[in-house]
Amino acid sequence: MMPEISLELILYTTALGLISIGLAGVVLSRHLFRMVLALVIAEAGANLMLVLAGYRWDAVAPILTTLGEHPPMVDPVPQAMVLTAIVIGVGIQALAVSILIRIRQRYGTLDRSQVAERMDAEIADTAGIPRDVSQESPLGERPLPSLPDSTVEIRGGHS
Amino acid sequence: MTQIELWMVMLLALMVLSAAVMVLLVKNHIAAVAAASVVSLGLALLFVLMRAPDVAMTEAAVGAGLSSLILALALRRLGLWRVDGVKTQVNLIKAKGEGHQDA
Repeated sequence: MMPEISLELILYTTALGLISIGLAGVVLSRHLFRMVLALVIAEAGANLMLVLAGYRWDAVAPILTTLGEHPPMVDPVPQAMVLTAIVIGVGIQALAVSILIRIRQRYGTLDRSQVAERMDAEIADTAGIPRDVSQESPLGERPLPSLPDSTVEIRGGHS
Repeated sequence: MTQIELWMVMLLALMVLSAAVMVLLVKNHIAAVAAASVVSLGLALLFVLMRAPDVAMTEAAVGAGLSSLILALALRRLGLWRVDGVKTQVNLIKAKGEGHQDA
């Protein structure tokens, strides 16, 4: 056993790994339900990080059994906050899931790009304005105007 | 800190991280919810080893129990409750083919 691998190192690695896996899932997921699951994972990693903030390896659980002298204890304040954060996390999860159910009822799909496309179309339709971002008709001039003559040689000549 | 505690923490950390990767990569939605529940359960065991028994109780009851219940009921409501995940798309990677079974 290598002595430089300590308990705190493993736990911090786990917490940071959970947070980064969750954030990567939130950013990269193509399905909205996976995005909610990734959010749950990131929140679990944040909870582990908070409990780890008050942790000492030579201490006991913060429960008073005798009134007199007691051994060193871990910090109970982050634990109390994490206790609240877990319950709030389930509330956030239920809210996200209910929003997903409404999205599914309204747009008929849970794919992220399709939902964004239909939502954009509906917003533009309701407001009666042309969509500013669309795959079919981009807002700017297409194709791009030709380069001015003075910069043609710099950029590789006429095409 | 004893040696056996270090090994237990290491195994639990490995389990939690691999289950977290599994949530994002597995194709079936029910399996993804189960993997999220495994993450929560491993985290509860880690909390026990970190001398936070009250947080561990709450995490096991609320995080692994109630949260999985909510997600599973939502799966039924969303119409994603399929035991065989052949027709569903894989999440981060493009779907390989028709006969590709999920892990």
